[in-house]
Amino acid sequence: MYRYDEFDHDFVKARVAEFSDQVQRRLAGEITEDQFRPLRLMNGVYLQLHAYMLRIAVPYGTLNSRQLRMLGHIARKYDKGYGHFTTRQNIQFNWPALSDIPAILADLASVEMHAIQTSGNCIRNVTADHFAGAAADEVADPRPYAEILRQWSSVHPEFSYLPRKFKIAVTGAERDRAAIQTHDIGLHLKKNAAGELGFAVYVGGGQGRTPMVAKKIRDFLPEAELLSYCTAILRVYNLYGRRDNKYKARIKILVHETGVEEITRQIEAEWQELKDAELKLPDADIQAINAYFAPPALPDRPEGDAQVKQARLDSKSFSEWLDQNVITHRHPDYAAVTISLKGIGEVPGDASDSQMEAVADIAEKYAFDELRVSHEQNLILPHVARADLKAVHDALVEIDLATANSNLISDIISCPGLDYCALATARSIPVAQEISRRFASLERQREIGELKLKISGCINACGHHHVGHIGILGVEKKGSELYQVTLGGSADENTSVGEIIGRGFSSEEITDAIEQIVDTYLGLRLNPSERFIDAYRRVGPAPFKEALYAGETKAA
Amino acid sequence: MKVLTANRLSDGIAVWYADGGWAETVSRADIAHDKAAEDRLEAIGAAAAANNEVVDVNLIDVTVINGVVEPVRLREKIRAAGPTIRTDIGKQASPAPARAA
Repeated sequence: MYRYDEFDHDFVKARVAEFSDQVQRRLAGEITEDQFRPLRLMNGVYLQLHAYMLRIAVPYGTLNSRQLRMLGHIARKYDKGYGHFTTRQNIQFNWPALSDIPAILADLASVEMHAIQTSGNCIRNVTADHFAGAAADEVADPRPYAEILRQWSSVHPEFSYLPRKFKIAVTGAERDRAAIQTHDIGLHLKKNAAGELGFAVYVGGGQGRTPMVAKKIRDFLPEAELLSYCTAILRVYNLYGRRDNKYKARIKILVHETGVEEITRQIEAEWQELKDAELKLPDADIQAINAYFAPPALPDRPEGDAQVKQARLDSKSFSEWLDQNVITHRHPDYAAVTISLKGIGEVPGDASDSQMEAVADIAEKYAFDELRVSHEQNLILPHVARADLKAVHDALVEIDLATANSNLISDIISCPGLDYCALATARSIPVAQEISRRFASLERQREIGELKLKISGCINACGHHHVGHIGILGVEKKGSELYQVTLGGSADENTSVGEIIGRGFSSEEITDAIEQIVDTYLGLRLNPSERFIDAYRRVGPAPFKEALYAGETKAA
Repeated sequence: MKVLTANRLSDGIAVWYADGGWAETVSRADIAHDKAAEDRLEAIGAAAAANNEVVDVNLIDVTVINGVVEPVRLREKIRAAGPTIRTDIGKQASPAPARAA
């Protein structure tokens, strides 16, 4: 993985010193809250309901065990013994004292981490496929390009005060696991007919109160022009993006209001001025960054096949975990493992200090010291020898992280909601927990098959409800929590925005409603291989509306 | 009925104005029963913010049940107690109401 060079170390160290001084001046009353707020936000410090919240960047979701161990240490020493992994592959701590934040940032810097640009109207943490570098279907590892974008976008003077925040995602496979079409810029790394690497470029995706699927504006951008083209996009956005209304300030609105054809013309015209010039990436630089992401040497371990076969016979729970949480690796003797942070009835994305440390130990012992955070709020061990899968499984059982529910209905994305968040209008975590408990039976979950359920506690859609096969949006209505259901969303290579199915449900009704939707699907699917999303796209909302509201005289 | 709430500058912990200081629990917060009392609390809040004791100062609606002050809105109930999903943490985890200056 990427290692800080001298410049990176100096830069992060200088920022820690600068922000520490700002914190001290704030605590001493030398600067006001109005002056301090933008400074703390630039350093990932929010104020939530109960306390401050610190959001720490995990660049493109990649961590090593030393870093995860440090996150566990921070959870224990400065917080309440846990952290929350987010849908942007970051981690949040919910209880740090402002006076401790300089020490936390110094600890983070010691393991090459920081909280810079995890908030504010700038280019945020660039996200990537969590199986990058491991997946069998990958054309090339997207992370070197995410790292190039990170270096380019860090305190970029021209793009530090954009109309609104800006999110970029990169995938290196046809199958999109990074939800690129829901981002301001989505990049699909691929090869052209000549075998050269480049990107399909998508612009203007986003969720929030106005969900939009990104539009493809270029089918193939040579890799060397990554920065010149992204600069052209950001320039057009920075110039024409609305600043009069924060709800209309994202690039998706500009793309929508300008039209794809015209904005493509503007971007291409800007790019003509920039291409083949100083922003063109020299091949040597691309190779240098690529070298940081060279895969670990994976010795052949052919004994894995026989061992996995035997372990399957010995243990039903191992066999189920293998089926659900383990995917094919590009090396036949290896696999990529999803560590579910979605234990039945648990808080999606939360991990305790001791779990973080234990997972770090497992990664060090069995996974070449590599870890990933997925945007689906799970952890990933990207390279595990099949011969070690049983040992990894057993170690995960010890720390209650072996739930075999990846991609099933209890593998729920949920924002923190009103239990923590100052913006939330309803709770989301308790809804996730109750649904998880209702569908606790793994046998039943497997019978239902792949089902992406996503919950947000307000219209800002941090829980990605718009692109859930089943999405739940919590709102406040007449002083109570009300949950609106959308169906048919998806965040893969066939991204779609879900449709509101009808009137919302109270907190007492919502789990029954979800069960009714699932039962309706089970009753109408053509066969067990027709996934929920496929069946919904075939039949549309009518059967689900009928099941949910048939008894009512008036469905709003 | 309203009480004055904020978050303490140094650690961000939710606090309520009570008895001439900022308490870590809502239960004994000073209640404003009329507009004049609300104005007085608001002035206290503005001064405390200007004095860098607290941030994000707000008046919130409350009721009194068995002599104990309780916020009306769910958001404020959760601020006063802690996350509903982790009753082992936050103010709800403390056996007795803590008081702070």
